Amino acid sequence: MNQLVTLVWSATAQTLIMVFASTFFSLLLGLPLGILLCVTGPEEQGGIIEKPLLNNVLSRIVNVLRSFPFIILMILLFPLSRIIVGTSIGTKATIVPLSIAAAPFVARIIESAIKEVDPGVIQAARAMGSTTNQIIWKVMIPEAMPALASGITLTIINLIGYSAMAGAIGGGGLGDLAIRYGYQRFRPDIMVVAVVVILVLVELIQIVGNKISSRMMARR
Amino acid sequence: MGITLKNLSRSYGTLHAVNDVTLDIPANTIYGIIGKSGAGKSTLVRLISLLEQPDHGQIFYNDKRVDNLPKDLLIAQRRKVGMIFQNFNLFSSRNAAGNIAYPLEIAGVTKSEIEKRVDELLELVGLEGRGKAPISTLSGGQKQRVAIARALAYNPDILYCDEATSALDPQTTRSILNLLKDLQKRMNLSIVMITHQMEVVRDACEYVAVLEDGKVVEQGKVVDVFANPQAPTTKDFLANLTPLADYDEEGEGRIVRWSDEGGRFTLRFRGEKTGEPVLSRIQKQFDVEFNIRAGGTQKVMGEEVGTLVCDIIGESDEVDKAVAALQLSGILVEEENV
Repeated sequence: MNQLVTLVWSATAQTLIMVFASTFFSLLLGLPLGILLCVTGPEEQGGIIEKPLLNNVLSRIVNVLRSFPFIILMILLFPLSRIIVGTSIGTKATIVPLSIAAAPFVARIIESAIKEVDPGVIQAARAMGSTTNQIIWKVMIPEAMPALASGITLTIINLIGYSAMAGAIGGGGLGDLAIRYGYQRFRPDIMVVAVVVILVLVELIQIVGNKISSRMMARR
Repeated sequence: MGITLKNLSRSYGTLHAVNDVTLDIPANTIYGIIGKSGAGKSTLVRLISLLEQPDHGQIFYNDKRVDNLPKDLLIAQRRKVGMIFQNFNLFSSRNAAGNIAYPLEIAGVTKSEIEKRVDELLELVGLEGRGKAPISTLSGGQKQRVAIARALAYNPDILYCDEATSALDPQTTRSILNLLKDLQKRMNLSIVMITHQMEVVRDACEYVAVLEDGKVVEQGKVVDVFANPQAPTTKDFLANLTPLADYDEEGEGRIVRWSDEGGRFTLRFRGEKTGEPVLSRIQKQFDVEFNIRAGGTQKVMGEEVGTLVCDIIGESDEVDKAVAALQLSGILVEEENV
């Protein structure tokens, strides 16, 4: 029993580290990409510096990355993990492919959140003499904040799913625990516990995310 | 600051949204630009507020050409121009004070100065103490007041109002127009009002330009245009002028049309003519009868302008003589083509 608790506890900690670190890095990659996708898009949807060609190219790249099966992307990115963190197995190594896999998803979520900002408000900001940077950081992002918060919640939940999959190829965490102990060593009790912990994590994050989003809306 | 537009044109594909518009907007006045939807008002305001560049033509603020400014000068120039909108376009992520602070923030004004200015502006538009209010808790009129304060925060020379009262009820419209008139005098502003409501032009503007299919079809002092409209569009606008609810306790500004039938003649009186019994005098002089269909007087910038829609019944030469006599006594007679 004691051993089970220790196992699950350390696996949960690994999962949380993987998920939150890769959320952070995927935001770092996806936020600029999402903003770029939006501002280079059509004018009536927040395209304040319309660039159809660039927009098209970026959009294609994002689509290709998004439709790539995650497990294959992860294998392809092993060499990159080795360069960045020095190894291709374990929790730290998994953060690299997780971040890269989630980045295009984050980009789309940020793009669509910003696109929903009232074009009239952006027009007003332009008429007042805002620079492009001021429109992005002082108008678009704050105006889109409630939508961004629920988008980030969705990203975290997706990453919990991905991280469990990463466990299958030596990534560590709850997915790894479920496969190695639960499946390969015939310990259905561990499998059940691992799955239940994942479900609880998802539920908690959803609740917290909804709370944050609705509190933002209430202050408006 | 005076605004001069020279041969301004802007097309979208084959649509000539603004077609060769030349206008002189004098400084320190309220200038109305009226047109029906699709007449090119929105494009025109986007051009003169420097949000869009014209295909042809030039825009001058005083004598400075502004339609071809490089990016940094364009941004500096936009900061000296205020703009308010039909849907207010306030930032929902900021409270009232935060909205008013925005133009100052982007211009790099210090925090303590911003706070002082925001308080001044809130008082200026009659919203003292409401700075912390979230935008969604404000009424339409209050939202437009916040928008006006935001537009005036950086002390602009020009204020553009793009259908600024179209989303408001008549009472609120009146209070916003009064506020704008008051601010115009106090701040030496040049206000340009883009609207489809003739009531707004009548109640607030000194000059008006009528826009149709991207062209200016009539322009001049509001009093002159109301007393002697030339273009069919203008006449149309004047015919549909409805009284604002509770417009005036003494009933000024009301025009009543009893019936849409008949009414071959439209008579327009101006100034002291509205007080003379012209019709009965003419009725005694000639063998005609007047059948009045609609009428009323309106006060335009302090001057009375009367309108009467009527039939003149009688032998055709007697009618002609009566019309001539009417014109001789200084009344404008328009005959509808039958």
